[in-house]
Amino acid sequence: MKKYKWLVPTLYIIFLMLPIYWLINMSFKTTTEIINTYSLWPQKFTTENYVKIFTDSTWYMGYINSITYTVFNTVISVAAALPAAYAFSRYKFLGDKHLFFWLLTNRMAPPAVFALPFFQFYSSVNLFDTHIAVALSHCLFNIPLAVWILEGFMSAVPKELDETAYVDGYSFGRFFFKIFVPTIAAGIGITMFFCFMFSWVELLLAKTLTATAAKPIAATMTRTASTSGYELGLLAAAGTLTIIPGAIVIYFVKNYIAKGFAMGRV
Amino acid sequence: MNKTINQKAWYFVIPVFVLVAFNAAIPLMTVVNYSFQETFGNNVFAWEGTRWFKQILLSERFHASLGRQFTFTFIILLIQIPLGIAIALTMPKKGWGVPVCLILMSMPLLIPWNVVGAMWNIFALPDIGFLGHSLNAMGFDYNFTQQPGDAWFTTILMDVWHWTSLVVLLSYAGLNSIQPAYYQAAEIDGASRWATFRYIELPKMKKVLTLAILLRFMDSFMIYTEPFVLTGGGPGNTTAFLSIDLVKMALGQFDLGPAAAMSLIYFFIVLLVCWVFYNLMMKNEAQS
Repeated sequence: MKKYKWLVPTLYIIFLMLPIYWLINMSFKTTTEIINTYSLWPQKFTTENYVKIFTDSTWYMGYINSITYTVFNTVISVAAALPAAYAFSRYKFLGDKHLFFWLLTNRMAPPAVFALPFFQFYSSVNLFDTHIAVALSHCLFNIPLAVWILEGFMSAVPKELDETAYVDGYSFGRFFFKIFVPTIAAGIGITMFFCFMFSWVELLLAKTLTATAAKPIAATMTRTASTSGYELGLLAAAGTLTIIPGAIVIYFVKNYIAKGFAMGRV
Repeated sequence: MNKTINQKAWYFVIPVFVLVAFNAAIPLMTVVNYSFQETFGNNVFAWEGTRWFKQILLSERFHASLGRQFTFTFIILLIQIPLGIAIALTMPKKGWGVPVCLILMSMPLLIPWNVVGAMWNIFALPDIGFLGHSLNAMGFDYNFTQQPGDAWFTTILMDVWHWTSLVVLLSYAGLNSIQPAYYQAAEIDGASRWATFRYIELPKMKKVLTLAILLRFMDSFMIYTEPFVLTGGGPGNTTAFLSIDLVKMALGQFDLGPAAAMSLIYFFIVLLVCWVFYNLMMKNEAQS
């Protein structure tokens, strides 16, 4: 039985790769070929779908918009969560447990519940259709997550580290940035990974809060699908390109993913 | 860890508190506000009391989508949790296989949700999709856009594809934290593979598994984008889960009052289940 153990993960990975393979296969076909013939690989190999995306600004701007608000959100979330997570991991204070649970409840709020109020709220403060609006709205679920993960990592660092530093005459600020932050660098990396991930894949809020100037690539795709007939090849190419940023990010954190899940209690 | 009592710690929490309150409290209050009122447009509102809540709680439409939602979430958990554990148990523990498995398995997690839906749509189309074409070639009468059974099958398969990896990664992390000494002891005692799993691995994975179930419950209960792109809630309303139904009501028909009442009931259900889980988790942690 041990001999065939590798079969399970292998079959699973094949199952995971099949739809991705199909998407890539479609992206190199012309729309006519997709509709008229069924084939496991492109009969008439074409890159015109990709050329269209890289030359048409409504397409490539979608990527730039998505990446912009995702990066904004990651920076805001981690920056705000760092001190908070430190407080939760080191101190007891009035209402700390309730506050922690309240934060988590926001990770549990269905975005569909918030879509309409967000739209009205961000419109009323004149932030509608800006990158910052999407970045801020994604804080709703990313900040609780960031606090949760970082708190896990910080709690694993013994308190003696803080105390020794103070005895050595470090001020809090110097200790925090010179000693503490480098100690939990892996944890910060993991946190950024998850913030990036959840902001990158979310669409409902991003779509609701944007019209043209900050429209995410995912919204460009759905709108194209419904308006200009059904350009499957183009849709497939755009979809394939959205996989790439994720793949790059995974590559960088591959050694920490499993550990991060466990320690950070994601 | 023994924590010191320090009320000044609140200063550290203020940025997070402000940002989240800004994002959660204000919109939530808007929803609460709508849920008790009737709107006539032009910002004219009239007090309606609990009428919308009664209407939603008694409506067959809500019962139906709630039923679909629970069925879906239940099936998802039933498949993904055991499957995830099985895959984590059989994954390589060292060598080149580890990064390969981790990278490839994480891929679905980082694909935007509507792309997941679009990808599965193309994949499952009965005439030109790989899955649909293969199933039809094998003699099954498969068409997910017209047959409710097939639509359910495709939606569940898509979610298994999308999220099982999360369970795998969590279980794998849990397994990795078991010291080799435990396995050696089991071997000396002549424990069977099942006994090793039941009495060593499973208890050690308890914490991460609770978390996996919690996360999978939450996210599958809130599922919107993927089935929306894949089936649009159809055929008919057969795959219209809670979020899909809610958005249809709020943004499609602009029934703000009932939609807000439904939002609150929806949120309350998620909160209740999560609160139970959270307490279970904290209890686990206190024990270990």
